[in-house]
Formats: sequence, C-alpha cells, structure tokens
Amino acid sequence: MALSKIWVHCEVTEDEIASITLEILAKARTLSDQVEAFVGGPADAVAETLGAHGATKVHATGDLQGGMQGVHVAAALAAAIEGGDAPDLIMFGSTYDGRDIAARLSVKLDKPVITNNNDVEEDGDSIVVSEPVFGGTEIVKTKFAAGAPALAAFRPKSFEAEESGGGAAEVAELAVPDVGAAGAAKILDRHIEETSGPKLDEAAVVVSGGRGLGEAGKFDMIEDLAKLLKGAPGASRAIVDAGWVPYSYQVGQTGKVVKPTVYIAAGISGATQHMVGMKGSKNIVAINKDPEAPIFGVADLGIVGDVHKVLPKLIEALQAR
Amino acid sequence: MNVVVCVKQIPDPADPGALNPDHTLKRDGKLILDESDTYGVEMALQLVDKAGEGEVTLVSMAPNEEVSGLRQALAMGAAKAILVSDDTLAGAGALDSAKVLAAAIGKAEGYDLVLAGTESSDGYTGTVPEQVAALLDLPSITFAKEVDISDSTVKVRRQTEAGYDQCESPLPAVVSVTAGVVEPRYPSFKGIMAAKSKPLDTLTVSDLGVDGDVVGWAGAGQEIVDVSPAPEREAGEVIEDDGEGHAKIVEFLDGLKVL
Ligand SMILES: Cc1cc2nc3c(=O)[nH]c(=O)nc-3n(C[C@H](O)[C@H](O)[C@H](O)COP(=O)(O)OP(=O)(O)OC[C@H]3O[C@@H](n4cnc5c(N)ncnc54)[C@H](O)[C@@H]3O)c2cc1C
Ligand SMILES: Nc1ncnc2c1ncn2[C@@H]1O[C@H](COP(=O)(O)O)[C@@H](O)[C@H]1O
Repeated sequence: MALSKIWVHCEVTEDEIASITLEILAKARTLSDQVEAFVGGPADAVAETLGAHGATKVHATGDLQGGMQGVHVAAALAAAIEGGDAPDLIMFGSTYDGRDIAARLSVKLDKPVITNNNDVEEDGDSIVVSEPVFGGTEIVKTKFAAGAPALAAFRPKSFEAEESGGGAAEVAELAVPDVGAAGAAKILDRHIEETSGPKLDEAAVVVSGGRGLGEAGKFDMIEDLAKLLKGAPGASRAIVDAGWVPYSYQVGQTGKVVKPTVYIAAGISGATQHMVGMKGSKNIVAINKDPEAPIFGVADLGIVGDVHKVLPKLIEALQAR
Repeated sequence: MNVVVCVKQIPDPADPGALNPDHTLKRDGKLILDESDTYGVEMALQLVDKAGEGEVTLVSMAPNEEVSGLRQALAMGAAKAILVSDDTLAGAGALDSAKVLAAAIGKAEGYDLVLAGTESSDGYTGTVPEQVAALLDLPSITFAKEVDISDSTVKVRRQTEAGYDQCESPLPAVVSVTAGVVEPRYPSFKGIMAAKSKPLDTLTVSDLGVDGDVVGWAGAGQEIVDVSPAPEREAGEVIEDDGEGHAKIVEFLDGLKVL
C-alpha cells in the first residue's frame, strides 16, 4: 500500500531551491503518487523546478514580510491539516528553517517529530524512519505511532536528487493564520557571505583541515590544495570554534554532510561527529601524525606523517603538473 | 534582566554511547553538563551582567535526580536551578522533554529571556528549543551566533545556509545559541564552593502539573522497532611518510582521474 499523500518542505535560498529539497522529493516519489511541496514564501521562482522533480502542487504562503519561517509556516500547515488536507507524511530537511517548522508543527499537532534520519520506508500500515546514531555506527529504526501526519526530518545527501520530467507544479495558497505575539520575531536584514569555487556539499573534491594544522595561517595550505584540485576547502569543528575559518566550512554532525569523489583530511583526528559528515565519501585520504588516529579506520589511503611536511610537497607536486 | 537557561546533563561524550535493552540511551553513569549548553549559560551570565540587574535560573530534566551538571553551571555563576526528575520520563522524546521544560520554565516567574543550545550532544534533535517556544507561545530565534539586548529587544545574528540573518524580537523570547557564540568561563574555586549552597529545586512530573500519561514512553507516539550496526567502511592502506608520502597521494588521485 503506497502512501496516499506526502508533503515536502521546500527550502529556498536566494531564489534557489536547496539540493536537500530535491533529494527528498526523489525519495518521496518512491513512496507515493501524490507528492506536494510547501514553501514559506512566494512560489513563482520554485514551481517549475519543483514540478520537474515530481511535486504536482506547491502550497505557498507568499512573502512572510520578514516573519520567521518556523512559527508562520507551522501555523499555516496546521490550519490546512485541520481543514482536512492531511498528508500521511511530512518530510523536512535537517536545515535551520526545516527544523524550526517541524518543531513548531509537532507542538501544534501534538505529534512527535523524528530528526536526523537518512531513510524512510513503509512497513505494512506504518511509516518507519532510520536514524544513524553514535556517529553512524548503529542504525535505529523508529515507527510512527501517533497517526497521520508523521513528521520526519532528513540529513542532507540521504537520497539522490533525480528529475521526473513533470511540468511546473500547480500553485496553491497556503494561508497563514494570525499567530499573535509568537510571531513578533523579525528578520531585518540578510547577509550573504561571498564564496568562490564549488560549494562544499557539491564539490567533487573536498580538502579539510583540523587542529593538527597548528595555527590559523596554515589553513592557506588547505585553500591552496583545494584550488589546485578544483575542490572546496572544509574544516573540523575544532578550528571553526577556534575562529580560524567560518562555520560554513564545517563538516560533520553540526556542519555539512559531504559525499565527494575524494575527501582529504589533514590534521583531523576523526571524531565520530566529524565522520558522520564525510564517511559517505567515495574515497578518503587522511594525513595525520598519530598512527592510532581514528580517521585511518575509514581512509582508503592513510599517510602517517606531519602535515607541515606532506602538504607543501603535495602542493608543489601538483603545481608542477 | 532575568534569564532562564535550559541545560542538559548527559553521559560523558568521551565514553562510548550505548543503548539499554529497551532502546533508551544509557544514562546510568554520572552525568555531566552538556558542553553545548555551557555557551547558553555563559551568554546568560554576560547579558545579566551587562543589564546590571537580574539573575540566571537553570532548568534541566534528567534521570536519577542527577545534579552534577547543574552544580557545574551554578559554579559558573547561575543563581538557582530547577531539576525535573521522574521515572515516568524514561523514553521521553523531544516533544515530551519540551513539555516538561516549558512547565518548569513556567515555575521560574518573571523571566525576560529563555536560552538553550541549538542541539544537544547526545540527542541532537535540534527541536527542543523551538518546541519550548511553541508551548510557551513565545517568539523565537534559533541558531544565534551573536546575541545582544537593548530596550526590551533581543537582537540576534542567526546562522543561515548562505551567511546570517540580522533578526530581532521583543522580550520575552526564546533564543537558541550555537557553539562558540561566547567563550564559556571555567568555574572558579570560589564559584564551586558557592554553588554547593545555591537553591536547587527538584520536582516531579506531578509537581509540574504535567500528565504523566502523556510524557515518556506512554506519550512518545513513536516506537523503536530495530537497532542494528551500520555497514562498516573498510580501512585501506596506511603508510608511514618517509618523505615520499605526497607522491603516494598524487598516484592515488591520478588513479581516480581527479587530476
Ligand atoms: C554535539 C557535538 C557536535 C559536534 N559536531 C562536529 C562537527 O559537525 N564537525 C566536527 O568536525 N566536529 C564536531 N564535533 C567535535 C568533535 O568531537 C571533535 O572535537 C573535532 O572534530 C576535533 O577536531 P580535530 O580533528 O580538528 O581536532 P583534534 O581532535 O584535536 O585532532 C587533531 C589531530 O591532528 C593531529 N595532528 C596534530 N599535529 C599534527 C601534524 N603536525 N601533522 C599531522 N597531524 C597532526 C593529531 O594527531 C590529531 O589526530 C562535535 C562535538 C559535539 C560534542
Ligand atoms: N533534558 C533536557 N534538559 C534541559 N535542557 C534540554 C534538555 N533536552 C534539551 N534541552 C535543551 O535543548 C537544546 C537542544 O537539545 P536537542 O533538541 O536535544 O538537540 C539543548 O542544548 C538544551 O538547551
């Protein structure tokens, strides 16, 4: 028995649909013939792409006038559900706004939301999600037992995005009811950090540095190597927290999930929270001076050595080619 | 300026995690203050300090009347703490935790701001703060990288996919802070001594007026059906750098045709 209807949260940055939304749409299509999207904003910029990825309809709130996504979109969804338009499953990305909306909606509907999943399946009449725990060493499967709709958020890169060849999604209004004082928080201004080169979570090669680099200035080696390999630089949380690089570089549980063709980890120990973000890479190269470093447990090629010796020579060798 | 901080007490992350036979997370050893919540505590102390008046109240839900993490946060400078500990809370999910925390926050009268971490180190659902806000019917701003208060307004730089949003909200409000937002202080010896005599209320679910049938296993609305090891990734070749380690990497990359 397929699910009769699924709603997928459409995450948008600067008029562009986040890849996680398209990944989730691809999965949703395998579970139901009726996949619809919803967006906390206008639909014009997204209806076509959503349709091409299998959403037949997009429920759009229109401009939220700086209001926060969580409280407004959740109130709108709850009203639609109360009005009789309930799907079996609502899928979110584990993104900032995705989690806010899911959390607010779970209170509105008094139903649990299960986050950090990397898979979902139908088991008889129930919906079962899979969540990797303890740094991805074990998988916990949880069944929803509170009735429709089930609320679930998924980690990036859990599924592969794929076009379905559909036409533009039909646009439906998602009316936002008055949320009272809870809606008083406002976004005044958006600040976009300029980045060059491929995006961290889309690059074919990712070169990440950790505390083993010793000091902030040495991150230049990571940037140089990434540029030579036409890849993106990444980082462990240790050096993000230390302020060496911006948060947007962070790979791991609380950062980006990457699955490049090659991941190079330099001076990174391989904490479980880092590994959940990169273990799915097709090939992993690690450079660490400690032969016992856990990162070697997942590396296809491990070099026990000093980053200050290996990286300059590697950069030189690549420049010479 | 009164600030309530939600602090979680968790098993030491350095110990390997384990599940009980009933699939709940093992929490029977000593619990410590979640490092993710030291940022909320520090931020609260700084905001109260800047305002020149008010105090910081801690709220925590933990099994076995565990207080060591709370004492740690009291030693940093918080004034008092409310702990909710109750056997019926075994198996509580994020929504249940939020219901309990929201009720406990209700006991801390006259607060201007509720702070929490963006995600806990052991559960990392990342939903509890926003659920607490919804239950208290308050405005909220999550993923704060910078927090400032003036004229009964909280101004926040909120982390986004592309950079940050400059946000603000009237008080009272709920704000969740990211790791690294401030540098948490180490408790001083004096602070540790003082913490021993600071007020710490331990409440049960019925003290809070929360229905024991709707939180914990009874109310979770979800059921763990399977726990199994994830497929392991095989380790490959590990070699000692003899001055030619870089050449090995070039050769490896060449083989993958990424050069
Ligand atoms: C809730 C939570 C969420 C987290 N989320 C993340 C996350 O998203 N991403 C993340 O990365 N971490 C995360 N962490 C932190 C994680 O636990 C580790 O602390 C962090 O990944 C360590 O970073 P690191 O490997 O750079 O530093 P360290 O663990 O200090 O490792 C440094 C390594 O460098 C090596 N080294 C030192 N000098 C040299 C040299 N000259 N040459 C070669 N090697 C050298 C050392 O042998 C060591 O292995 C999280 C933690 C918690 C509690
Ligand atoms: N049991 C708890 N007691 C106190 N605070 C909690 C508890 N669970 C979650 N929180 C708060 O909510 C934040 C996010 O937790 P989580 O939703 O579990 O990732 C934490 O950093 C805490 O501030």
